[in-house]
Amino acid sequence: MPILVFVETAEGKIKKTSLEGVAYAHAMGGPVTAIALGDVETAELEGLGKYGASKVLHAADPKLNKGIIQVYASVLSKAMQDEQADILIISNSSLGTPVAARVAVKVGASLAANIVSLPETTSGFVVKRSIYSGKAFAHVELKNQKKVLVLRKNAADIKEVGAPVKVTPYSVSLSDADFAVTITSAELATGEVLLPEANIVVSGGRGMKGPEHWHLLEDLAKTLHAATGCSKPVSDMGWRPHHEHVGQTGIKVAPQLYIAVGISGAIQHLAGVNSSKYIVVINKDAEAPFFKAADYGIVGDAFEILPKLTEAIKKAQ
Amino acid sequence: MKILVCISHVPDTTSRINFIDNNTKFDTAGVQYIIGPYDDYALARAIELKESTGSTVHVLNVGLADTEPTLRKALAIGADEAIRINAEPTDSFFVASQIASQAKANGYDLILMGRESIDYNSGVVHSIVGELLSLPSVSPVMKLDIEGNKAKVAREIEGGKEYLEVNLPFVAGCQEPIAEWKIPNMRGIMSARTKPLKVVEPTTIDGGVKLTKFELPPPKGAVKMVSADKVEELVTLLKNEAKVL
Ligand SMILES: Cc1cc2nc3c(=O)[nH]c(=O)nc-3n(C[C@H](O)[C@H](O)[C@H](O)COP(=O)(O)OP(=O)(O)OC[C@H]3O[C@@H](n4cnc5c(N)ncnc54)[C@H](O)[C@@H]3O)c2cc1C
Ligand SMILES: Nc1ncnc2c1ncn2[C@@H]1O[C@H](COP(=O)(O)O)[C@@H](O)[C@H]1O
Repeated sequence: MPILVFVETAEGKIKKTSLEGVAYAHAMGGPVTAIALGDVETAELEGLGKYGASKVLHAADPKLNKGIIQVYASVLSKAMQDEQADILIISNSSLGTPVAARVAVKVGASLAANIVSLPETTSGFVVKRSIYSGKAFAHVELKNQKKVLVLRKNAADIKEVGAPVKVTPYSVSLSDADFAVTITSAELATGEVLLPEANIVVSGGRGMKGPEHWHLLEDLAKTLHAATGCSKPVSDMGWRPHHEHVGQTGIKVAPQLYIAVGISGAIQHLAGVNSSKYIVVINKDAEAPFFKAADYGIVGDAFEILPKLTEAIKKAQ
Repeated sequence: MKILVCISHVPDTTSRINFIDNNTKFDTAGVQYIIGPYDDYALARAIELKESTGSTVHVLNVGLADTEPTLRKALAIGADEAIRINAEPTDSFFVASQIASQAKANGYDLILMGRESIDYNSGVVHSIVGELLSLPSVSPVMKLDIEGNKAKVAREIEGGKEYLEVNLPFVAGCQEPIAEWKIPNMRGIMSARTKPLKVVEPTTIDGGVKLTKFELPPPKGAVKMVSADKVEELVTLLKNEAKVL
């Protein structure tokens, strides 16, 4: 039986976290059917074959161009039926997670979110999920025949395992009742690396003294092709937009590298970054608690170190 | 308007997490409990709406008797009535089903929750409740204005915001800056003692999810310090040792 993977797109391109979803399903043993909704480049969809999809469905109805949660949930639960898929895999996002929850109810599936690794299937179907804001994990058994898995970033490694496949059009019949929510407009940062997707995050705290100094972090971020983040007080004071706030009550990031500059390392901030592979801390106070959670540290003034670090990285590239 | 606010009873954000009984039980020793931080935003917005539109606000928690001080705190903040569904909140589907059956019985115009709980933090209970009641669900909501029978909502999405309109009733998962957290005052605390707190027995439901064990992340190794005048060394380490550049 195929494993269905919901592939999310942004500006016509497939999100990296969705490629992780395809890789995850492939690592589970597949066969993998990927499904994309709304406007997306065909070449992008064909390319899913390289990461392990043996079938790619595309529901191109323009009514699906806006990600309306109820609409997507109906389409995906129908697709599970049509494809006779018992398992649906969705990557965590502001669209993916609510859609997953609603699909689970519609099809009577066991649901688990924030999954961090491949399932253990020796006795039952057990997944490991992140709980307590990244401070711990729970192993949960999903007992129903049908299962909806919501993956956290880095739950699987993206690997090239196959060749591009042909895209199969998937036609849908949409119900008016699912369009109860009208999306009137959106404000989106363009051309930036998105925080939840980023492999490297450069983050600043109150130690940066004010928004007028953020160009130092932005220069470093640009050099590393990284996203920028911040601590809660920084977004509370309006130095940076709210969607950059990292921590227990903000975004939880899981990049390969998290560079924290002028952030003290309060437990609520650490809760949002403790899934990072490597952490670099730059702080003028050698006693800052963040150093205890770091892999590499520099004690010193951010305003002196940042330009030097950006230069040194440019040189090494 | 009748508003329902669902609150989780969770360890304070500064809590260190530990498990006992062979990693099968959460260690409550020394843990302070609070209203979930996001749920606190939902409650604060509900109280603002109560004041501006003359609504009534019910708060609900699925939990055992030890969560009652948390419900009393919500009453002190300004909710009119509390409901406790007497069950251990074992999984999201179970919790959502209990909430949905209460909501069905009482008929609310608006159901507010937090974007996620900070213990199970799945961020799914609002969406499940929405689906169970065939109502729209929107999360995470940063701004919520009610105009007659319609709500205008701003939702946070990756890298920005989305603006939506939806008719009441619906379910929202809330986060800052929807409202400022409210701290109970003396009058609130006094009146909370006599406000109704109803205990309801749960309906039996199996969400098909069973906990097998908990696990703590491995402790972090020692930090490697690099001198401030040798930043090139850091670059070399990131490149050759961590292999992240
Ligand atoms: C319920 C609750 C939830 C919370 N959730 C979050 C959350 O999700 N995310 C979050 O971040 N916080 C959260 N907080 C707040 C948290 O407790 C801390 O207050 C916050 O993280 C501190 O931010 P900061 O490190 O930027 O500022 P500070 O604690 O003020 O630290 C500034 C740091 O900068 C250093 N510094 C100063 N000047 C320089 C310089 N020139 N060069 C280098 N270093 C310098 C200082 O040594 C200091 O360590 C929460 C708090 C509560 C109560
Ligand atoms: N035990 C509970 N009782 C009442 N409401 C809850 C409970 N658990 C979660 N919720 C609500 O559901 C939201 C989302 O929770 P979750 O899906 O666990 O992240 C929370 O912010 C609360 O508003």
